[in-house]
Amino acid sequence: MPNTIALALGGSGAEWTVPAMTLWLLLAINSITLGGLLFLLSAGFSLIFGLMRIPNLTHGSFFMLGAYLGVSFLSAGLDFWTAALASAVAMATIGGLIERLLLRRLAGNALAQVLVTLGLSFMIADICLMIWTGDPVQIETPPALRGAVPIASVVFPAYRLAIALIAVVIAGMLWLMLDRTRLGAMIRAGVDDAPMARVVGIRVGRLFSIIFCLGAGLAGFGGVMGAPILSVYPGLDADMLPLALIVVILGGTGSLVGAFVGSFIVGFLYNFGQALFPELAYVILFLPMLAVLVIRPQGLFGRQA
Amino acid sequence: MTRRLAFALAVLVLATLPFWLTNSYYVNIASQILIWAMLALALNVLAGYAGLVSLGHAGLFGMASYAAALSVAGGAAHLTAAVLALAATLVASAVFALLSLRSTGISFLMITLALGQILWGIAYRWISLTNGDNGINLLSRPAPFGISLESPQAFYLATLAAFLLVVTAMEIFVASPFGASLCGTRDQPRRMTALGYNVWLIRFLAFLFSGLVAGIAGLFFLYYDKFVSPHALSLATSAEALLMVISGGTGTLIGPIAGAALVVVMKYVASAYIERWNLVLGAIFVAIVLFMPEGLVPGMLRLWRAMRRARRARAAAAHLG
Repeated sequence: MPNTIALALGGSGAEWTVPAMTLWLLLAINSITLGGLLFLLSAGFSLIFGLMRIPNLTHGSFFMLGAYLGVSFLSAGLDFWTAALASAVAMATIGGLIERLLLRRLAGNALAQVLVTLGLSFMIADICLMIWTGDPVQIETPPALRGAVPIASVVFPAYRLAIALIAVVIAGMLWLMLDRTRLGAMIRAGVDDAPMARVVGIRVGRLFSIIFCLGAGLAGFGGVMGAPILSVYPGLDADMLPLALIVVILGGTGSLVGAFVGSFIVGFLYNFGQALFPELAYVILFLPMLAVLVIRPQGLFGRQA
Repeated sequence: MTRRLAFALAVLVLATLPFWLTNSYYVNIASQILIWAMLALALNVLAGYAGLVSLGHAGLFGMASYAAALSVAGGAAHLTAAVLALAATLVASAVFALLSLRSTGISFLMITLALGQILWGIAYRWISLTNGDNGINLLSRPAPFGISLESPQAFYLATLAAFLLVVTAMEIFVASPFGASLCGTRDQPRRMTALGYNVWLIRFLAFLFSGLVAGIAGLFFLYYDKFVSPHALSLATSAEALLMVISGGTGTLIGPIAGAALVVVMKYVASAYIERWNLVLGAIFVAIVLFMPEGLVPGMLRLWRAMRRARRARAAAAHLG
């Protein structure tokens, strides 16, 4: 359930006796961690939205299914990082199949595509429940990152820092790909004006497949990365999807910078909202989104349609 | 003429249902179908006639349930509670409409989804108000004019009365100039603007109407279960309502009712044999969108017509040959 993220803080009442400064710092670290995870989830969500003009409502399911696959890979004897990569590859394959076999048949009919992704999300949730049952599963933190890192008299949990670092590295790689490569140029052209990109000979249909694979793979990878902190449970998909939705509405669709900034904004809002106003955490999360919708409908970093 | 006859016949069959369907279990299922049909009809005003697909209607539906349950728990009489609940739902619909009608199409769907999730979040997390995941119990069903609705038969007839009221209102709405102008904003928004219609206002009023009917459905949902939990406001509920509308056929009156009957019956039949209702729901969703996008009722009609045409063509060919 959503408060897992708050529980990961410590949860016991003793938490509140620590000096106020440390509490804020803990909250900030948790916010950055969640922001990193959200970026892994919403980068693909945002690119799919920008290119294909549909919110992929199975994206939360990709995150959850990826995490569950990671659980199975781990219990099959793989180590943490291999399991995470294997899960990413498996999710990319599944995402590619969904795009190829289902969404492509409905090309040009955005509403039908959204409804198919919604239907699929119900199916994936139920299949996960069937295979991995309803009990939450916790993945162990990889041994190398179990300790804590002291920085300037404050001790940081290593794994949380690693997640933030990985998110930044992946953001950098995605940016290089989009900004410096031929494929990236084609994707940007597709986001800006898909019909015109088609006219100049870009195979936009193939870009759809690539982006869908990439997005699903990143979401699956993020699911495994998040599992030691969030644990894996039925309903994880429904918890993550609205967060990705807010990130993209805040940041603007199809914008990598928007997804990055939006993820960390949501990470902070979520953790501080949980700690300060636990009952209204959800409302606090959605208020900035509503403000952006009213004042700047294209999102903070989106371009006017 | 045949249409009116069919309508009268349908009303007769529905009104006498508790007398020939003696098993209370089936009467309860019939009540559920009517409740969900009201929600589907409400959603159909937007998804069908206005071309605006909302994924947040469970929020309005559940909000009415919660508002009524909380008012009753706070000591209000049932009638006051119902009026308060519908007023609150209207206000929420107005807020929904103000925020979501800034856009159409997919953005509209996303904003309504997000707004629905906010209401779900309040029901789920504002524990001191809503009792969180445990939901709220209602001690007794209302007793209008001193008639107890505790028996399945009496409750069914009361629901039927509300249902017929909603259907009649929908009939009038569809046939009215307002209904026609709403369809106009769906098909040709720019032309409607050029003709001097206020497209935004038409959509806004349609949203209020849709929200009100969803609220009525929410009230009866509360009275049926005498209980409401955050699940009533969840995305799954919104999706189920949307499935009813599109499976029956959007933009028709009979479609959402048939869709509601189909989904409720399937839910009961499916749950008797398998646990996996969500899997079935998702699979039907995908199958309908892929193979019968216009809905089951128009889809079946299309198949039947095509078959008849083929048979006639074959007969003509045989005659010529």
